[in-house]
Amino acid sequence: MLDYNSKRKYSNLLYFFFASLCFLVALIPLISILYYTIVNGASVLSLDFFTKVTPPIGASGGGILNALIGSLVVVAIASLIGIPIGVLGGAYLSEYPGKFSYYVRLLAEILTNVPSIVTGIFVYQLIVAATNHFSAWSGGVALGFMMIPIVAISTNESLKLVSSTLREGGLALGISRAKTLIYILLSTARAGVVTGIALAIARVMGETAPLLFTALGGQFLIHSPNEPTTTLTILIFDFGTAPYTNAHAIAWGAALILLIMVLGLNIIVRVASRLKIKGET
Amino acid sequence: MQTQQARRSAQKQGAPRSSLLHIMLGIAAVAIPVITVLLIYEIGNGSIPSIQAYGLNFLFTSDWNPFPANGGPPILGALPSMYGSVVTTVLSLIFAVPISLGVALFQAELAPRKVRAPSLFLVEMLAAVPSVVYGLWGLFALVPFMRVYVDAQLGSKLGFLPFFTGQTDGIGMLTAGIILAIMIIPYASSVMREVISAVPTSQREACIALGATKWETIKTAVLPFARTGLIAGVVLAMGRAIGETMAVTMVIGNVARISPSLFLPAETIPSVIANEFTEVAGNGVYLSALFELGLILFGMSFLMNLAGRVIINRLGFKAKQ
Amino acid sequence: MGGGGMPATMPTVALLGAGATFPAPLIQTWTVQFNQMYSGVTISYNPIGSGGGIQQISRKTVDFGASDAPLSNAQLAAAPGLTLFPETLGGVAITYNLVPFGLANGTVLNFTPNVIVGIYYGTITHWNDPAIAAINPGVTLPINLITAVHRSDGSGTTYAFTNFLSDVNINWATEVGYATSVKWPVDTAMNANGVGAKGNAGVAGTVAQTPGAIGYVDLIYAVQNHLGVGAVMNAAGNYVSPSLQTILWAAQNATGTPNPADLRLHIVNAQGAQSYPIATYTYMLTYRDMSLNPDLTQQKATVLAYFFWWEVHGGQQYSSGLDYVSLPANVVAADEQFLLTLNYQGTQLLPSSLMPG
Repeated sequence: MLDYNSKRKYSNLLYFFFASLCFLVALIPLISILYYTIVNGASVLSLDFFTKVTPPIGASGGGILNALIGSLVVVAIASLIGIPIGVLGGAYLSEYPGKFSYYVRLLAEILTNVPSIVTGIFVYQLIVAATNHFSAWSGGVALGFMMIPIVAISTNESLKLVSSTLREGGLALGISRAKTLIYILLSTARAGVVTGIALAIARVMGETAPLLFTALGGQFLIHSPNEPTTTLTILIFDFGTAPYTNAHAIAWGAALILLIMVLGLNIIVRVASRLKIKGET
Repeated sequence: MQTQQARRSAQKQGAPRSSLLHIMLGIAAVAIPVITVLLIYEIGNGSIPSIQAYGLNFLFTSDWNPFPANGGPPILGALPSMYGSVVTTVLSLIFAVPISLGVALFQAELAPRKVRAPSLFLVEMLAAVPSVVYGLWGLFALVPFMRVYVDAQLGSKLGFLPFFTGQTDGIGMLTAGIILAIMIIPYASSVMREVISAVPTSQREACIALGATKWETIKTAVLPFARTGLIAGVVLAMGRAIGETMAVTMVIGNVARISPSLFLPAETIPSVIANEFTEVAGNGVYLSALFELGLILFGMSFLMNLAGRVIINRLGFKAKQ
Repeated sequence: MGGGGMPATMPTVALLGAGATFPAPLIQTWTVQFNQMYSGVTISYNPIGSGGGIQQISRKTVDFGASDAPLSNAQLAAAPGLTLFPETLGGVAITYNLVPFGLANGTVLNFTPNVIVGIYYGTITHWNDPAIAAINPGVTLPINLITAVHRSDGSGTTYAFTNFLSDVNINWATEVGYATSVKWPVDTAMNANGVGAKGNAGVAGTVAQTPGAIGYVDLIYAVQNHLGVGAVMNAAGNYVSPSLQTILWAAQNATGTPNPADLRLHIVNAQGAQSYPIATYTYMLTYRDMSLNPDLTQQKATVLAYFFWWEVHGGQQYSSGLDYVSLPANVVAADEQFLLTLNYQGTQLLPSSLMPG
C-alpha cells in the first residue's frame, strides 16, 4: 500500500488530471462545431452567395442576401429598443439603490434566462395576433425585449465599478446629477457599457425562436420593416431541416456567416477591452 | 451607503435635484417589471380557454390528440412534453454538472496565469454559439455519431435496462440531453467559478499554511464553503436547460410519448410549441393549450432562476463580510 | 410579361402566403418566376404546414394559404368567405430504407392497402412478416424491425394518406380516422416502433437516415432523396408505382367535371387500371371577396388574382421539371371559372377577357 503522503500526492495529481480533462472535454464540441461549420460552409461561399436571395427550397444556386439584410434589420430595431431602455434602466439601478432597484435587478436577471420560445409567443399575441400581421419589426420588438435586461445588468455592473469618489466629486462641484451621470460616470464606464451592448447584440443576433412567429420568413428582400422577413437564424432552421442537400449547403453557409459575425463580435469586444485595460495600466 | 451619503450631502449643499433624471431613468427601469407583467398577462390570457376546458387534469393527461378520430374536441395534456423536458434536463445535468465543476475548478484554481485568460475565453466562445447552429451541428454531426457509436453500443451492452431499448436512429432524448449538457456547461461553470472564487483567500491560506495539497485545500476549505453556491449554480443551469428550444427541437424527434427508453424520439415543452404553434388549424382550444404549455414553462423557468439567484445573492452578501 | 392576356407591368407589391410543405418547391419557384416577370412583385411563400396555412388565412395574418387537405365544412364555416382552388397535384409515396439490410438498390416492394394499415397499426412489426412476404415473392426480406415514420405536425400529406387508409380499411376509418394529424396506433403498440418527424422533409430525412424505416411522403421528396418507393395495389387490383403519369391517370379518371363552386376533389383510390391510389390535389386558399382581408388593398388583390391565374396557366410549365403533375384540362377550366369570381367588395378582379375563346 502507498504510504499516506504518496496517497495525498496521487489524489492531488488525479484532481489535476480530472479538472484538465473536464476542460478539454468541454472544448471538444467547440472544435467540432467550428470544424463542421467551416468545412461545410466554406464550400458554398461565392459572390452569388452574398448578392442573391434564397432560392426556392431544394433548388441549387441562390444566396442569403435577404436573410442577411433581415438579420440586420431585426437586430437594428431590437437595438433601438434595447439599448436606450437598457442603459437608462441600468443607470437607474446604480444611481438609486434601494428595495425597488433590488427587485428590478433580480427580475432582470431572471428575465435574461426566460425561454426564448416564451418571448416568441408573447410578442406574437401582443403584436401579430392583435394586428393580424407578421412583420420584421415585431421580430425586432421580441429581440428588443430580450436585450433590455441584458443591457441593463451589464450597464449596472459597469457603473458599479466606477469609483464613488467620481460621483461625489461631481456633486461636490455642484454639477447636476444628470450631468454627473452623463459626462463623468457613463463616460468613465463607457468601455464596459459598450462591451455589454455589443455582447447583447451578439446574443440576439443568434436567436431564432422569438422570430419564428413574428418575422416568420420570406423569399425576397423586404421593402420596409412592416413586411415579414427571413433572417440568418430562421434560414438555418428552415433549410437545415429540409430534405434537400442543396438546402443543407445553404444552411451551413449561413451558419458560417452567422458564427463569424457572432463570435467575431465577441472576440473584438473582449480583445478591445483587454487592450484598453492594458493601455490604462 | 456611500451614494446615499453623497445624495444627502448634495441635498445639504443645495445641488439641483434632478427629479427629471429620476423620472426618465425610472421609466426605463420600470419597463422591466412592466414587460414581465405584460408577458404573464398575454400568455395567461391565451391560456384561459385551455384552462377552462381541461382544468387541473391538463397536467396529468398523457394524451396529445388535437384531431380525435371521432371528430370530437381535442384531447390534450401536458404530461408527454413535461416528461420529455424533465428527462432531458436531468440527463443534461448528469453530464454537465461534473464537467462544469471540473471546468470551474480548472479555471479558478488550477490554470496557470497565462492559461487562465484563454481558458475563460474559449468557454465563453462555447456559450456564444447560437442555439440554431448547435442544432445544425447536432443534426448532422452528433446524431450520426450517436447512432453509430453510442446508441448501438449502449443498446447491445446495456440493453437489459429500460433506458436503452428500442430502435435507434440517433434522434431522441439521449442526444437531446447531451446537446443540452454541452450548451449549459459554459453557464454552469461560470456561475460555479464565481462562487469558488468568492471563497475568501483566508480559508485557502490557512490550509496551505497547514501543508495541504491543492486538492486537499479545495476539498476541505473551498468546496464546503461554496457548496450552497454550487447548488444554486446547478439550479440556475436547470432553469436554463428547461427553456432551451432550437437545438433540442432539431434533435429530439417531436413525438408525444412517455417511455423510459432514451433512444426514442420524444418532445419537450419548447419543442412542442416551436413545432406546432404556427400550424394550429383554427382550433381555439389547441392553440390555447400551447399557450398553457408556455405558461407552465415560464413558471418553471421563473421559479428555478429565482431560487438560484436568491441563493447566490445571499451568498454575495456573506462573502463580502 | 405573362403573355396570354396578362398585363405588361405591375406595381410594386409585397404579398405573403403560408401553408403546405408539399407544394413549397413549386410555389416558391412560381413566386421567383413571377418576380422575374414583374420585378416589383415580391410574393413570399412560407412552408409551415397545411394546418398552418389554414390557421393563418383563417385569421387573415397572411394573404393566401395553401393546404394539401381540403377545408372541412367546419373550417369553411369558421372563416366565412374562404374558398379554395387546386393548383397542382401529387401523390403520396410509400418510401423505405432497406439497402443497408441487403435489399438491392431500386427494388420495388409491393404493398397492399391492408399491409400498410397493418404497419401503421403496429400489427405488422417486422419486414419479413408473412403478409409482406406473400405479396413480394422473390425478394429476401430482412428480419429487422420496421420503423414506421409519420408526420408529427399537421399535414395535408397525412390527410391524403389517412384518407386512403380510411377508404380501404373500416377499422382505421372508425378508430383512427383521417385528418391532418392523427393519433398513430403504431406509436403506442407493443413491440412496434413509430417515429414522428416534422414536415415531408423530416419524414424523408428520417427514413433516409434510419435503416429499416418506412414512411409516407409526397412523391417528389422520395425521388429527390433516392429512397426506395413501393408499388401500391389500386382499386383495379394492380400494383402501381407512383409517377407523374400514374397520378395524372388517377386525376383524369376520378375527377369527372369539377364544380367551380366547390373545388374539393377526392381522387384517392381512383378507378383506372394504372391509376395510383394515393393521389391528392393541393389547394390554394383565398377569400372570394379579397376585401375581407384588411391587409389587401384592391391593387394588391388584383396582383394576387393575376398570380393565381398565371399559376394554373403559365406556371404549370414548371411542374414536371420539379416532379409535380400538371393540372388536367378540365380542372384548369374549372379553376378559370372560379378565379373569375374573385372580387373586391363585389368588383370582379380579373377581366372576363382572360377567358380563352
